[in-house]
Amino acid sequence: MQVSNSQLNTYNDGVVRQFSIMAVVWGVVGMLVGVIIAAQLVWPELNLGLPWTSFGRLRPLHTNAVIFAFGGCTLFATSYYVVQRTCHTTLFMPQLAKFTFWGWQAVILAAAISLPLGFTTGKEYAELEWPIDILITLIWVAYAIVFFGTVGTRKVKHIYVANWFFGAFIITVALLHIVNSAEMPASFMKSYSAYAGAQDAMVQWWYGHNAVGFFLTAGFLGIMYYFVPKQADRPVYSYSLSIVHFWALIFTYMWAGPHHLHYTALPDWTQSLGMVFSLVLLAPSWGGMINGMMTLSGAWHKLRTDPILRFMIVSLSFYGMSTFEGPMMAIKTVNSLSHYTDWTVGHVHSGALGWVGLVSMGAIYYMIPRLFGQKQMHSIKAIELHFWLATIGIVLYISALWISGVMEGLMWRAINTDGTLTYTFVESVKAKHPYYIIRLLGGLLYLSGMTIMLWNVIKTATSGKAAVAAIPPVAAHA
Amino acid sequence: MDINTLRILATVASFVVFVSIIIWAWKKRKTSDFKEAANLPFTND
Repeated sequence: MQVSNSQLNTYNDGVVRQFSIMAVVWGVVGMLVGVIIAAQLVWPELNLGLPWTSFGRLRPLHTNAVIFAFGGCTLFATSYYVVQRTCHTTLFMPQLAKFTFWGWQAVILAAAISLPLGFTTGKEYAELEWPIDILITLIWVAYAIVFFGTVGTRKVKHIYVANWFFGAFIITVALLHIVNSAEMPASFMKSYSAYAGAQDAMVQWWYGHNAVGFFLTAGFLGIMYYFVPKQADRPVYSYSLSIVHFWALIFTYMWAGPHHLHYTALPDWTQSLGMVFSLVLLAPSWGGMINGMMTLSGAWHKLRTDPILRFMIVSLSFYGMSTFEGPMMAIKTVNSLSHYTDWTVGHVHSGALGWVGLVSMGAIYYMIPRLFGQKQMHSIKAIELHFWLATIGIVLYISALWISGVMEGLMWRAINTDGTLTYTFVESVKAKHPYYIIRLLGGLLYLSGMTIMLWNVIKTATSGKAAVAAIPPVAAHA
Repeated sequence: MDINTLRILATVASFVVFVSIIIWAWKKRKTSDFKEAANLPFTND
């Protein structure tokens, strides 16, 4: 293929545009499935009596769609956007970058078909069966080659901190996926885990918690370290702090997984180790939050007028909140109340809707006008409306599940003077009904905000055209 | 070597590396380098 001189001097934003648009589309789809299953918990008949639309099959569809389709497309888009602009070079092996886009969409489609059909490995957040696992591995290797190839061919001296986080995310997810998906195929679309018993559980939650730590944290911290400084128009508060909290996260996260298995067949010392490392995690997590927040020092007034910056800063607040709540819940005695209750679900959503969701939306709102040659999004008012719908939605969601979670935990452990249980299980289910309605309402608000974003993105994209961004000449480098 | 000795050594080594990173990151002479790196997002426009 002929490569013209102009192509060499411009950033490769085609694949960034594709991933950005699909992130918004999959966001709407994934959150819609979430709202449907939240409604099923209020009105169980909504499963329509069909196996394909039952809660057990739609729930993994929801988690896979929001994490790997919405979150994944956002990470591909932002990492490709950021790595080029902070390395002053175009993407390494553009054909391979194209393959990551089409390959990732194929994985999402395969998930959307196979999960409702009931194909699952039964491992949470790793439900996809072995043929899809192999495709994911191939795409991930291609992603690593494109990303690290771009870093390797950079025209500047330093590797900007955002790229450290993206790099850690790519390497660790590769490791997690390969180890936890080690399985023996029994037939097409059926396999058995390579591990057994408590070890299988430990490998699964080593994977599960590091998926939170590296997919949903390190990757999105990479987003934070580029887009918050850009939107606030000032460099990150402390570069030294960013380095230290990066390494602290890397050294600590790997060990926190056992807190998912408190009071199980896992050896007691392993549980305690997981608890201690989870508590230590508070420090590096808050290091990141403080660094992002303090980037705004001297520019706080911008929050009044800039809804995109508000998305990012409120996102950091939720990051701080959920990374405080997480270590608390990892303490064994707290966990004996919170585990298996709605509190856990609320905690996950304060991180997912609050931190991951809002920072993604902020970054996409930043990129879309620039990718389509526009000065700003089609409607700033719509961004403002989206922000309030999302924020109120999250608050309703998490406070409803705090109350229902603590309530059901207390009901399960309540004992009469003669030692019998005070409540039957079904009484705790019945007591949660009103909170499930509030949760559904919160989810609906969050989804409606995302739908407004889709409209706004389509309007902006169709009224502009694909923009070409030039790489600064080498002479400009300090 | 006993496997536990190896584990102790790995843990201590990791801790030493981490403390060294902290000291390195706040060294005086690094500050101009870090300032240059922190401004990388602003070199495009």
